[in-house]
Amino acid sequence: MIKAILVFNNHGKSRLQKFYQHYSEDVQQQIIRETFHLVSRRDDNVCSFLEGGTLIGGSDYKLIYRHYATLYFVFCVDSSESELGILDLIQVFVESLDRCFENVCELDLIFHVDKVHHILSEIVMGGMVLETNMNEIVTKFLEQDKLEKSEAGLSAAPAKAAAAIKSIDLPSLPKDLKLPDLPKLPTFR
Amino acid sequence: MALRKVKASVDRIFDKNLQDLVRGIRNHKEDEAHFISQCIDEIKVELKQENLAVKANAVNKLAYLQMLGYDISWAAFNIIEVMSSPKFTYKRIGYYAAAQSFHSETDVLMLTTNMIRKDLNSQNGFDAGIAINGLSCFITSDLARDLASDIMSLMSSIRPYTRKRAVLVSYKIFLSYPEALRPAFPRLKEKLEDPDSGVQSAAVNVICELARKNPKNYLSLAPVFFKLMTSSTNNWVLIKIIKLFGALTPLEPRLGKKLIEPLTNLIHNTSAMSLLYECINTVIQGMQDHGSSIQGHSNLMKLCVQKLRILIEDADQNLKYLGLLAMSRILKTHPKAVQAHKDLILQCLDDRDESIRLRALDLLFGMVSKKNLMEIVKKLMVHVEKADGAQYRDELLLKIIEICSQNNFQYITNFEWYITVLVELTRIDGASRHGSLVSSQIQDVAIRVKSIREFAANQMANLLENAHAISGQLKRNGMQEVLDAAAYICGEFAELLDNPDIVIRAMLRPRVLAFPSHIQATYIQNLLKIYSLAVQDSENENDKERAIALTQSLLEKLPTLVQSSNLEVQERASCSLAILKYVEKLQAKDLPVSEELSSLFKGELNPVAPKAQRKVPVPEGLDLDAWINDPPSSSEDEEEEQKKKMDFNETYNEIYSPTREKQKELSTEEIQKKREERRIEQASNPNYLVTAKKQKKVKHDGYQKPDAEDDSSVAEIDISIPLHVPGLPSSERYLRMEQERRRRHQAEKAVKKKKQGGKKGKKKRQVVDEDDDEDLDPVHQVEITQEEMPEGALKTDSEDETTSADPYKALDMDLDSPLTAAEVLPVPKHRQVSEKLKVAESEDAAPVVKEKRKHKKKEKKHKKKSRKHTENLLAEEEPQLVNGDDIPSEAVKSAKQNNEEKGDDLSFWLSNAERTQKEQAPVNGDVGDAEEDATIDEEPGVVEKKKRHKKKKEGKKHKKHSRKEEVEEQDENGGAINNGQVEDLLQLQSYKLLAENKQLRVDFETRASHMEERKFVVSCVFTNLTDKHIKGIEFNVLDTLNTKLVRDSSKNSHDAVPIPFSLPPLSRNECQLQMTAASVTMPQRMRGTVTYMLAEKDGTSQEKIDFKLHIPCSAYLVTKPCSSSNFTKLLSSGDITDKSSLRITAPDLKFNQALQKLCFFLKFCVVEQVGDSASLYTSSIQRHHICLLVKVVPNGLSVDGKSDNSTLLSNIMDQVKDVISA
Repeated sequence: MIKAILVFNNHGKSRLQKFYQHYSEDVQQQIIRETFHLVSRRDDNVCSFLEGGTLIGGSDYKLIYRHYATLYFVFCVDSSESELGILDLIQVFVESLDRCFENVCELDLIFHVDKVHHILSEIVMGGMVLETNMNEIVTKFLEQDKLEKSEAGLSAAPAKAAAAIKSIDLPSLPKDLKLPDLPKLPTFR
Repeated sequence: MALRKVKASVDRIFDKNLQDLVRGIRNHKEDEAHFISQCIDEIKVELKQENLAVKANAVNKLAYLQMLGYDISWAAFNIIEVMSSPKFTYKRIGYYAAAQSFHSETDVLMLTTNMIRKDLNSQNGFDAGIAINGLSCFITSDLARDLASDIMSLMSSIRPYTRKRAVLVSYKIFLSYPEALRPAFPRLKEKLEDPDSGVQSAAVNVICELARKNPKNYLSLAPVFFKLMTSSTNNWVLIKIIKLFGALTPLEPRLGKKLIEPLTNLIHNTSAMSLLYECINTVIQGMQDHGSSIQGHSNLMKLCVQKLRILIEDADQNLKYLGLLAMSRILKTHPKAVQAHKDLILQCLDDRDESIRLRALDLLFGMVSKKNLMEIVKKLMVHVEKADGAQYRDELLLKIIEICSQNNFQYITNFEWYITVLVELTRIDGASRHGSLVSSQIQDVAIRVKSIREFAANQMANLLENAHAISGQLKRNGMQEVLDAAAYICGEFAELLDNPDIVIRAMLRPRVLAFPSHIQATYIQNLLKIYSLAVQDSENENDKERAIALTQSLLEKLPTLVQSSNLEVQERASCSLAILKYVEKLQAKDLPVSEELSSLFKGELNPVAPKAQRKVPVPEGLDLDAWINDPPSSSEDEEEEQKKKMDFNETYNEIYSPTREKQKELSTEEIQKKREERRIEQASNPNYLVTAKKQKKVKHDGYQKPDAEDDSSVAEIDISIPLHVPGLPSSERYLRMEQERRRRHQAEKAVKKKKQGGKKGKKKRQVVDEDDDEDLDPVHQVEITQEEMPEGALKTDSEDETTSADPYKALDMDLDSPLTAAEVLPVPKHRQVSEKLKVAESEDAAPVVKEKRKHKKKEKKHKKKSRKHTENLLAEEEPQLVNGDDIPSEAVKSAKQNNEEKGDDLSFWLSNAERTQKEQAPVNGDVGDAEEDATIDEEPGVVEKKKRHKKKKEGKKHKKHSRKEEVEEQDENGGAINNGQVEDLLQLQSYKLLAENKQLRVDFETRASHMEERKFVVSCVFTNLTDKHIKGIEFNVLDTLNTKLVRDSSKNSHDAVPIPFSLPPLSRNECQLQMTAASVTMPQRMRGTVTYMLAEKDGTSQEKIDFKLHIPCSAYLVTKPCSSSNFTKLLSSGDITDKSSLRITAPDLKFNQALQKLCFFLKFCVVEQVGDSASLYTSSIQRHHICLLVKVVPNGLSVDGKSDNSTLLSNIMDQVKDVISA
């Protein structure tokens, strides 16, 4: 079972948090801080598994993470999950994001955290892995997006226009947070 | 209308959306909190508006704020409003916010049941998707109970997208509502072979998760998983299955054997590291029970270790880490295999990655030997010095101690070295949590190794003398505890000290006042011990002045300790002071005191096992829970009371902590008595401690500064470079000594060898080098004392574990025993489903739901009843069946085993392995036989023919024991393997063949329940005998006047009933068909057909089988336990008028077997059994009573039956005859 999925940036700013077990908001923040503290002091060339992390889990739980450019993707899992399998799953998650957002960068996660959640819910449900096939994940997400757009129909036009005006200054924001080229993993293909 | 919409949305463009919120927060870095509180106010306004779009937008923003740590539970109701929106866009936002913020305690969740049900059954597949996703996050036991049936029906939805979600969420349902597991399990099992790989993966996922907690219940699924493992190409599924097998193999040794081949193949062939790694892991787990005795195993193990080495040598740190992790698992069973890779592991200790170093440390534990211990520890000591981070250093420290102390110090050859190492450990820089561990190690070694005591005592004296210099450092690195051990050892072995006077003086330094109070207490106690010895010395030497001087110095310093705020210190100090004053008086009179003084501390000291205290048996007649005095009134302030209790416990623990057992000796005995009395008084007098506290305060204000102030008043010497204290030897010296010694040792041996062997000397020397590892003799003769245990302690090692409340316990249930008719109810049957759906779709959902609930409640009650009922049955039946048996316990056990149907399928599948241990009398030829079987049965698919074949074989094997009829019986009934030992009990099965051709076989049994007067269930098992898919199965019978098949209300009485599943190749599935019967007194024969589509390469073909369904009267009988008093009442009531009797000649029949058959096939229940006669009872679904009296007569049985319906009775009697003589 997966107990929590956390995404935060190099400064510990939370970009996504999904807990599959209830914690109060305070504890959630504490867990993120602790996890960030544990993960951030590790070099990039050390292994991706961490034991300990007293707040979340206990001896049966492990933190498995990957570091992409400015973002850490951390999964907290118990012993029923395969360590390498979860690493691959993180990769699947990130690649799915990449395809849904067309060259994902940290800004996408910042401004569209709801979408990221929707994508995540195609991959993991209630702490259990739902789908590992990337095509399936992306197709289903896009189908839902389409459904959403068809619902908006006419009434969405002004809102879209407004959004366009509002985000006129967006391009000035750095777009250099692009994720690095993703290495190929054999597992799921 | 459209215009108004546009207008509304134009208004809305000025609302903040999520992106605006995020941007705003980013622009207000300085006053973020202020900005957010403004936003929350805005959101509150937006939530009050009617427009759902505005609400949804607000909720979306709230979900974002939740991520930033803001509590949004106040908006729970608004979230539900948004969830209930008909538009997918808003619905999704609502469910997303709910998934983030709701949990099982959220009270508004109970409002959501109907809404979620509607979404689950929505036409739009995505609605169901998001609803299930939400449900998985915030499920409660109420939701689980109410929605279980909906989820179950979604499990066979036509959309794979919905199906896989329903399957996955079922795990959450089981967790919150365990009763759903048994009824849902058949369907879940079915999904393992779903055509969609996503659904399959989800089902595997759920079953693996279930099996992880209660593996034994899922053993019977092993064949299915085995098939999946050899056929699936999805690595994710494979990993899960392989992990599951890892949990199953320890339970079923034969499984391990079966797995060797596919696992070896996977290990050789897979390119995915994750899969390879999990295979290795499972192999390791499977090995644990077998050892490497079997050829295949040891080969496989070698392969694994070899692959692991490759992993560890890999540049990828992840693989390295996992390799080490797996190695440490192998270590437990095959230490030799790991030791071969010592070089590699030592290398990993130098890795820059802490995780890897920690793993390597774990491995070191199992790799030490007498020979390399010193080297390894030296290496670790170097690491301790270099270590960055307290956690890693602590881990190192712990490992050093663990490695050295394992198995009663098995590997330590030189204890002086070990003491030195421990002392060195106290001097490391940086804080450590393990001060008390080091301290207790020193104590342990000194007490248990007699020859080391002198050395240890002087080392400790040294430590005490230098305590003033190093105490600053000790305090910083948490090693102050070690002073406690030092004081204790010096006191205990004072006679071995070189110079007790110096030690006394060292222990009286003002610095002591800054130590923690428990150390002060130890100091005082041990001062007195050393003092008494010093006085004895001086008297022997007639050195009166020395004795008086010592007394004076003690008398001078102790009063400050009497003023300590700690009761323990206070008490000990005043006690010592009293003794000293008395001694002073005697000394003034010039009288000898040494003898009396030393008698205070007489007696040999024995180490006491840590468990000893717990193992002292409670004397008879002692009730530990009884109050000694009346309980204190509860009117007192509770908090204060608690505090008192805690205080009290603390002191209590301090005194009785196991390391200090010794102090309960002569001198303290009196004090203890007093203390005990006082304690009782304290416990019963709630006012006691309040005054004590007041006193304390006065003291603080009066003459003594509190400890903390005292601390700071003494200037601390900050020494960053470890002080070289003269007299503290370094452990390195010992290492050199040891090496020197070994070299000499070897040289001697070599010389000897040379003398003997001449030319071959060189070669042999190398051999010696390797050999003499084990017979290395220790430097000095060491006697390690065993720990003491109290008399009468049980010699078990088992710890009384406290079992915590475990949610998974509730899921521990037998999944293989057939469902009772009642248990199926929570899952609607196929015909009911459609009805239900129809109803759910209709407008007024609410009242219907209520009705449904009622219905469910009824079902539940019913279920409970019937469960109880079956339990009773078991309880009543079993002992009676066993009564006449020679080996009752064994019989019961195996009867239970047989009851679980899983026995037969699984053991058939596993039959290539040799017989398990329960069959204790294997015939010699057996093994060969089994092997032969193995080659035939290699195919995992379960084919009926083979099964039969197998059974016949089984029968042959037990010819010696079992009678011919039994063999036949088994063959007919499809019973399982009969154990030679329990021939008295039969394996019975009530499934009968209904129809069969080359492609499909249908077996059936009937089930009835008291709840339905006119209904019963025909449960059909469809078995696909081909390697093709069978689809579109339909079942039909020609209704008779009396008996009818229940069909959909929309269909007429000639239509066939579709069976709601298709059959993959070589699989089977069960379907239940309801029938009604007007009268239950006559047996029925009905004609019917089964039609189905056989999927072939070029299209499908329609096939048909005709059958005759014979429904005997026993189909309407229901087991109903009856007490003997009720039974007598019934017989004497006069209602039962019809009689019938018959005699059965069956010379070889066993009485118990006959009873068993009657109970099993005809649903009778034994009321009473006396010797060779028994009375039985059963009733029909229409409440007819049937009573039987069965007696053994020469050459057979006599059966007398009574009932209130003569037709039924005569039919049943016919069946009795058939059943018994069958």
